[in-house]
This record gives sequence, C-alpha cells and structure tokens, in this order.
Amino acid sequence: MINPAKLFYAVTITLVFSVCSANTTTPSYSAQSSTADHSQFEELQKPFKTGPEVTQACLGCHTEASKQLHQTTHWTWAFDNELTGQALGKKNVINNFCVATASNWARCTSCHIGYGWKDDNFDLTSEANVDCLVCHESTGTYKKFPTGAGHPNYVPKKWPPKVGKVRQPPDLSKVAQSVGKPGRSNCGVCHFYGGGGDGVKHGHLDSSMHNPARELDVHMDASGLNFDCQTCHTTGSHQVAGSRYAPRASDDRGIVVPGQEDQARASCESCHGSEPHPETSNSKLNDHTDTLACVTCHVPEFARGGRKTKTWWDWSTAGRKNPDGKGIVEKDDAGYDTYNFKKGSFKWEENVVPEYRWFNGEISYSLLEEPVDDSGVMPINRIRGEAGAPDSRIWPFKVMRGRQPYDSGNKIFAVPHLFGKDSDAYWKSFNWSNAIKVGLQERGMEYSGEYDFIETEYFWPITHMVAPGENALSCDSCHSAEGRLASVEGIYMPGQTRNAWLDNIGLLIVAGTLGGVSLHGFARIFARRNRKED
Amino acid sequence: MTTKIRMYTRFERFWHWSQALLILLMLGTGFDIHFNLDVFGYEQANQLHSIGAWLLIGLWIFAWFWHLTTGEWKQYIPSTPERIMAMAKFYAFEIFQGKSHPFHKDPDQKLNPLQRMAYLSLHVAIGPAIWISGLLYLFYGDLDAIPLLGSLSLTTIALVHTAAAFLMLAFLVAHLYLALTMDEKPLSGLHAMITGYEQQDES
Repeated sequence: MINPAKLFYAVTITLVFSVCSANTTTPSYSAQSSTADHSQFEELQKPFKTGPEVTQACLGCHTEASKQLHQTTHWTWAFDNELTGQALGKKNVINNFCVATASNWARCTSCHIGYGWKDDNFDLTSEANVDCLVCHESTGTYKKFPTGAGHPNYVPKKWPPKVGKVRQPPDLSKVAQSVGKPGRSNCGVCHFYGGGGDGVKHGHLDSSMHNPARELDVHMDASGLNFDCQTCHTTGSHQVAGSRYAPRASDDRGIVVPGQEDQARASCESCHGSEPHPETSNSKLNDHTDTLACVTCHVPEFARGGRKTKTWWDWSTAGRKNPDGKGIVEKDDAGYDTYNFKKGSFKWEENVVPEYRWFNGEISYSLLEEPVDDSGVMPINRIRGEAGAPDSRIWPFKVMRGRQPYDSGNKIFAVPHLFGKDSDAYWKSFNWSNAIKVGLQERGMEYSGEYDFIETEYFWPITHMVAPGENALSCDSCHSAEGRLASVEGIYMPGQTRNAWLDNIGLLIVAGTLGGVSLHGFARIFARRNRKED
Repeated sequence: MTTKIRMYTRFERFWHWSQALLILLMLGTGFDIHFNLDVFGYEQANQLHSIGAWLLIGLWIFAWFWHLTTGEWKQYIPSTPERIMAMAKFYAFEIFQGKSHPFHKDPDQKLNPLQRMAYLSLHVAIGPAIWISGLLYLFYGDLDAIPLLGSLSLTTIALVHTAAAFLMLAFLVAHLYLALTMDEKPLSGLHAMITGYEQQDES
C-alpha cells in the first residue's frame, strides 16, 4: 500500500528541489540572450537571391548599421596610425604573404565584410554592399566564395576550379533567419584563415580556436569560460577594440570599470590589472609586469592547437612545372604544401617558440612609397621599444620571413598582380615582369622593368592562445644560461647575466683565501715536524 | 690543570649556529642562482633564498639588539695598532716557530685584535652590504616610488650583492680555518661554541 502522507512528502520535496535547483542554475556564458528571434520576422521569411538583398532587409530595421560599419577598418581596409602618421590597412600595406591587395581584389576581398570589391572602383559608401551575414549568421553554412569578391556562390560551383569539390550555394533565407551575436567562428572564418589558409598568417589564430581546450586558450576554453572574441575585443557601434597596427603594449589604465572613459578590454590588464598573480604564488611574479607583457610567459608557444603556421615563404622559386606543363606541388608528411608552383617554397612550424623584443606599441611599416634597402634583410615593419622605458615591455612575436619580388631598378617593393583572368596575372602566365608592371600601375607607381627578390621579415605580436598558469613558462625558461630572453638587450637576468670581471675577481679572492689558509696550514705542519726532529 | 670557562651565552650560540646554517643556505642558493648550478633549480633556489633572507634579517635584528643592550658590542672595538701588529706577526712568523699565542681568550675579550677587525668588518661592511643590496633586490619592483633609489639599476644592485657574497664566502673559508685550527687546545673553540664552556689550561 502507498502511504498518502509519504507520497505527499515525496512529491513536495521533489518539487521544492527542482524549483531550487532551477533557481540556482546560472545561464551559461554564451547562452543566446537576445530578445529577438529573427526566424520569426516576416521580412526574412522569403527567398533571397543575393547577399545585398539580405542586407537591404536587415537595414529595414537596423537603419544605422551600414553607416556604422562604413566607419570601421573591417570595411575601409584603411587605418590611419595616429602614432606614426602612416596610412595603413590592407589597402595600403605590403606584406610577405600574398604581398598586396591592389590588382588582386576579387581574391583578397573574399575576406572583406562587403560585396563586390573587385577593383579600384568599389563604392565604399554603398549601404547594401555591407555583408551582415558573415559576422552574424549562425548556421555555419554561409561561406564567401574564394574568388567571389565577397559574395558567396549563388549557384553550385567547384573550388578549386575544375578539380575541386562542388560548393552548394547557401540557403540565404535560412542563413538570414539565423542571425545573432557573432560567435568565435564568425570571426574565425576570416581571422583563422588569413594568408590563404588555416593558421597561415597569425600562428596564434587558427581553426583550433573554434572550440579550444583549456590548455590552448584559458579564456576561450569551450568547456570552461567559453569567451567570445568580443568578450575582450569589446564593441560599440560596430567598432571593435584592439588593433594589430596600433597595439597597446602596456596598459596602465587599471581594471576597466563602468564610467571609465576608455572601455576597451582588448588587453590582459584591463581585466587582470598590473598585479595579476595572487599573493599565494611566487611573490616575484608581479614584479615582472613592468618589464614583460603578460603573453610573454602565458603564450609559451604559438601554433599549439595541432595546426601549423607558415614561417617562411619564398616567392623566388615559384613557377616550376613538370615537362608536361603541369605545375609542381610538393607536400610534407602532414599534408602541408612545401612547394607550390603558384606561390613558391614554404616552411611550416607548430608549437613555435616566439622571438622576443622590446615593444612600446609603435609599429612603422615599410610602405610602397619608401625605398627598399636591398643590402640585407628588408623589414616589412619595424617595432619600436626601449629597454626599461615605462611604456615598453618585452613582447613575443611571430616573425614571418621570406623572399618576395621587388623592383630592383626603382628600389621599391613590387605589387605583383597575381590573381585575375587576364594574361598579365602571374597565376595565368607566370611572367613576373608583366605581373609587377600591372600591379604597380594599379598603385600609381612606375615599373623600371627590372625585378629581383629580396628577403623580408615581418613582426606579428602574439596575443592569443593564452595558456593557463600551470602551462605558462617557468622561471628557468628565461633564468638560465641559454634562456629565452638571452638575446634581449638591456636587462639584468639573474641566472643568466654575469659580469665576468666581478666573477673572476670574486672567485680569485675565494680561491686565494682557500690557497692561503691551505699553505698556512701545511707550513704549520711542516714547521712542527721540523721542530720535533730538532 | 684545566678549567672550564663559560665562554658563550645561550643566545650567542643560537645566534652563531642559526646564522651559520642560514649563511650556508644563502651561499648555496645564491650561487646556485648566479652560476646556474641547477642544484635546487632556479625557482626553488629563489624561494629558499627569499625565505632565508627574511630569517637572516630577523636574526640580525635580534643580534644587533642583543649586542647593544648587553654591551657586547665592545668586543668589536679595534685594538691598538701595536696589538694588531703583534697578532699579525704571530700568524705570519711566530706560529711556525712554535711560539705561544700572544692573546688570551676570556669571556670579556673573546676576540683577538685581528678577529676584532675581521668581525667588525663582517658586521658593519659585508653584512650590511649584503642585506641592504638584498632588500633592494627583493623590492626592486617598488623602488620607483622612492626618491634616489628609483634610479638604481638592477645591474648595480646585483653587482654589489654578488660582490658581497664572494667576500662572505672568502670570510667563511678563513673563519673555518682559523676557528678550527688555532685553538691552544685543539677544537676547544668549537666545543665552546656548542656547549658554551671552553676548557683552558690554567695559567
């Protein structure tokens, strides 16, 4: 028999517990908290033929969105560096990956947040050509086609052309209804694949960061803190905090709290302050924060997620073909291109130990207008910083090295016209002179008719793939004879730095004392024996 | 005939031996760090060195207090030049001729004229050089807030600290030789430093 009283108690207790536990469960960090379910909006419940059509629908409600986006570097690909006065941005800089955007627009702008930037005439004031979906869709099915100037493919299309798999066009209606706050992968579709492939450019951003483990990134840890990119790269009016052109190398604002003028959180210190280590840990750790960037210890290596990053790109070897006219491609055991006839020779590395330099946040670029010094390795960018200066810290860098074409007559960088259907494009006819002539022309520069290849290096501050404390560097990573900072100047490193004069004199004094007392002692023994014999 | 003389108080013995252990620890960990000997490993050596530093500083404060309040500091007042010369002459020549020690040790005058000089320089030169530079080393990160000290470079601090450490090691070598072999009765000094009582021939 069931006792009704017991049953009553059991039901009551169960109810009370379930209510309590429901009340105490905190929502997960990344839970959708939006008050709008876009799949219920009539404006989006219709077929869309193109991306810009979707944007028009978005603008129907989000009237200011495109105007905001027009103000961002994500849209303009232009960045005025107030510190150096240089005009930077993808539009302007030269790099040592695919070198330059000019004359290659339709290929490069597959990572532009717009539609149709296929040549110099792109209308930067067009509101309909802002791509809302690439940042806000959440189906994972919306992909800009690699050669589509920012458009996805609207009909089934092969990639790579002719030989590749067929890419189905996205269902734009479904994609549009899925929009919400950007997730890691929205940023990742471009930022994880910069330079033409997974992990190529940054080394600390690659596809392993879609859902990283704690060891890889303590903040983005998919089963832990699970941060989005914009948790740190705070946004407002579509402006995203944090810049690789003008990084904050040291941050003395303290922990950022509401009311402070600058709300950007794209620095470790903006949450952790400048004394981040608890008192229970080694008390010397906090003394390092006026010398080292946090990431110097907390990103012990980059490219740690099982993906390699490109560290060497030699364009001078490009163009090799088999006797039958087919371009040569060579791969390493892991499947990475070590040679590609279109691009030259590569080196790939994983778990890379960064290079360390003093850095105060000022980076000056070698721009197209500036002469190339071909007497040695030409820097793509120069990082500033001074040992011991209050605004300088020792920072970790990925240094991308390679050889790239330059105009050896005019001593300027080359802008190679790589991509295009025309016969001047390097990837069509493999003629450097034609490719450089067209590329320089596009930037309003004259080609001398002579080209050569020059070795270049490019500094990339490392900031992501932040390891938890237990995986950070240990003291003796640096405090040892061949420590990591052995080549960094202007520091006294206990365990590494020694003054040879002091050491030699000191050891001489100790050895002299030891020798002196030994002699004295032996002399006493000897003298006593002599006296006894007498 | 021998007599037992109470040479060292309980505090003096405690001070001597704890200081001896701490100085050995500091020399061991310090030179482990400096020369990268990898005995303790950098992190552990560093932490032991910091802990040892605080213990040693604490001990020195007690010792200074003890010396000043008991008047024992007078033991370190330098002797006359004649007496110092007599002592030097003994170590340099007479000891080989089998002559007897020119200085008699008793509780009021535990240190011979050369020892007075040596220990005085240990207490007012080498010791302070080590702990002042050591404190600056420990608090290097906070020095900017202090006038004058802010401009001190870590290099300077580290050089002074290391130089003083070499002198301390040399002192230790000489001290061990003299303390263990120079007694009229072998090892009677060591015995006294352990038990407090020294056996002396009655004169």
